[in-house]
Amino acid sequence: MASQDIVRHDAGSRSSFLNDPKIRGLIYQTVLFVLLVAFVYWIVGNTIENLRRANIASGFGFLNNRAGFDISQSMIEYSSDSRYSRALVVGLLNTLLVAVTGIVTASIMGFLIGVGRLANNWLIRKICMVYVEIFRNIPPLLVIFFWYFGVISVLPAPRDSVQLPLSSFLNNRGFFLPKAVWGEGAWLILVGLVVAIAMVWFVVHRARKRQEATGQQFPVLWTSAGLIVGLPLLAFALAGFPLTFEIPTKSTFNLVGGFQIKPEFLALYLALSFYTAAFIAEIVRAGILGVSKGQSEASFALGLRSRQALRLVIVPQAMRIVIPPLTSQYLNLTKNSSLAIAIGFPDLVAVGGTILNQTGQSIEIVAIWMVIYLGISLLTSLFMNWFNAKMALVER
Amino acid sequence: MEHDVSYVRTEMVNAQAAPASERGVVKWLRENLVATPMDAILTIISIALLVYFLPSALRWLFIDAQWSGSDRSFCATVAQGGAQPDGWSGACWAFVKAKYEQFLFGRYTISERWRVVLVGAMFVALFVPLLIPRAPYKLANAFLLFVVLPIVSFFLLVGGYFGLPRVETQLWGGLMVTLVLSFVAIAVSLPLGILLALGRRSDMPVIKMFSVIFIETVRGVPLVTVLFMASVMLPLFLPAGVTFDKFLRALIGVALFAAAYMAEVVRGGLQAIPKGQYEGADSLGLSYWQKTGLIVLPQALKLVIPGIVNTFIGIFKDTSLVYIIGMFDLLGIIRQNFADATWATAQTPMTGLIFAGFVFWVFCFGMSRYSIYMERRLDTGYRR
Repeated sequence: MASQDIVRHDAGSRSSFLNDPKIRGLIYQTVLFVLLVAFVYWIVGNTIENLRRANIASGFGFLNNRAGFDISQSMIEYSSDSRYSRALVVGLLNTLLVAVTGIVTASIMGFLIGVGRLANNWLIRKICMVYVEIFRNIPPLLVIFFWYFGVISVLPAPRDSVQLPLSSFLNNRGFFLPKAVWGEGAWLILVGLVVAIAMVWFVVHRARKRQEATGQQFPVLWTSAGLIVGLPLLAFALAGFPLTFEIPTKSTFNLVGGFQIKPEFLALYLALSFYTAAFIAEIVRAGILGVSKGQSEASFALGLRSRQALRLVIVPQAMRIVIPPLTSQYLNLTKNSSLAIAIGFPDLVAVGGTILNQTGQSIEIVAIWMVIYLGISLLTSLFMNWFNAKMALVER
Repeated sequence: MEHDVSYVRTEMVNAQAAPASERGVVKWLRENLVATPMDAILTIISIALLVYFLPSALRWLFIDAQWSGSDRSFCATVAQGGAQPDGWSGACWAFVKAKYEQFLFGRYTISERWRVVLVGAMFVALFVPLLIPRAPYKLANAFLLFVVLPIVSFFLLVGGYFGLPRVETQLWGGLMVTLVLSFVAIAVSLPLGILLALGRRSDMPVIKMFSVIFIETVRGVPLVTVLFMASVMLPLFLPAGVTFDKFLRALIGVALFAAAYMAEVVRGGLQAIPKGQYEGADSLGLSYWQKTGLIVLPQALKLVIPGIVNTFIGIFKDTSLVYIIGMFDLLGIIRQNFADATWATAQTPMTGLIFAGFVFWVFCFGMSRYSIYMERRLDTGYRR
């Protein structure tokens, strides 16, 4: 009876090949594939037709044309006579500039606030908590507007600039710093720095070898600091102090000279740092809480000082928890830098948008954006994955 | 019975109070503010900062603020062509008061605004019971909220049928746009994200490849470029003559963007379910969808509630980016009003931004608190 049932059941399933998961999977995939191909074919057909009718030549040839627009802030030489491709490079450099400076500041702020949220001090704890809860729950664009329209635009006009220490000025045209003008022989300082770094590397290497062999420690930190600061200073003195400062001075309507940080950059940089710091703070807090208490107790029991325990036991373990989410925050910050377009900071998206409006080459521009941002994401991920693998738990 | 007990205490003596330094306010202060010299220094610095900033902030926000007025002169100093004394600085709440209808509805036809209010009321009436765990008829409620309400809202908000005049989406703006965009994006992105996550974990190479490419591409680029793509490239992709509403384009962009992020959150949950659960479901003879719907997803989604709500909060905040492609959500319309000559003063931008920030904050903070509550409620205690 039972065996008959089985046989019948078996026969039934064989009769319908649709019940075979393999065949079904093949059918699903074929359907999806055909649909996708048809969809892409339809889109490409429409696009070609639309472009033909709008008289837009596709392809990246337009990149060699004259740009014809100015960019307010550029790290490389650029004028309206430059090519579109150069304009895009200017935009990319600006994106990278704001991303890198933002990441550094956000990391420092985030680390301090994250540690502050775990402090024994009630007041510090609460202040950090309020900070995190405020900035995590408002849009980044609002933070950018806050700095740009709420703070920097209402600063006094240049002739009533706020004077800050070190001959720097703050007004609604930005932040003016003395500009360092390097004289002849300044390259010696760079040489000094390179030599110092090489020596530090050597010292660290030797010190570790010695500690492993004999157990004796060597004050690596102080030696390295001395070398890194001392050698360039020595070179500076040898070259005869080749440095003068161009100090910004007030004229009737504006400040002249000096190094100007544009308000758009300042607003974007501050906003991204403040916004991302709240997220990084939470990551750092989770990382520290994730290291079990036994670890610090055990390291104290081994006789480590609290700083040693922190450096050798706690931080390396916390890093393992922190690095993956930290990577995605760094990427978020980089992507959020595209909000620059809302206040007119010429980043990649803003410059690309201008070109898009001028030439109508929307597909090419969007493709360039996507490739560059994907590339940045990929490179950052690769680097952080490498770093993560280095920090990861070595299990035997 | 005679006992010669010279002294037996019959009642307990009350315990002595702890030393003054170990109780009450003093102990709290000692432990929380001045435990170490470093702590004491930090406390002093914090208090100094608070004393410096807090009173002036409160004065600006409330005491010196201008609460009523009809134009910029109420919020500008004499030198700026207004009525306030020189050196005055305070929030210009009169600006928010005069503009709040615009902040809510944008330029939606004034006589038709009851429709938006009606949709809002229906949304609240359906949404609140869904949030309260004890309220009955969850399934019917969810059906009404996620299927019936969007259809009704579409006819009510867009109009053009049943004798309602049509209101073009270019006129939409303010909080209404923020809420419509984020509701639709959230409602679309969750199922789409689940499908993408399942696709990414599928055994079928084509489906897996498609999901991976979609998710990683979208997650690798900023929302601004996706929105640009939706607004500039979508018209190119369609046959000539077919046009798409700009609002709808932005909606598609935001929803697809959110779906990719949602997919990664859901995938995290799917990966956390032990293999035994999948195998158990298979051995019971459940089909793929039964296994997924009855066994895997309920557990996986519960695990990732915080992540899902974080994504919701992210979507809600990201809707403010539609300003960049020329739509006016809450933040956009406030930003636009900075340029309004009747109200342009030095105080207006800050006031408007603080108002916008407060509204965004209330929504996002509410969401995060609700997720914490739900997480605790659903915690079945299997975890350590």
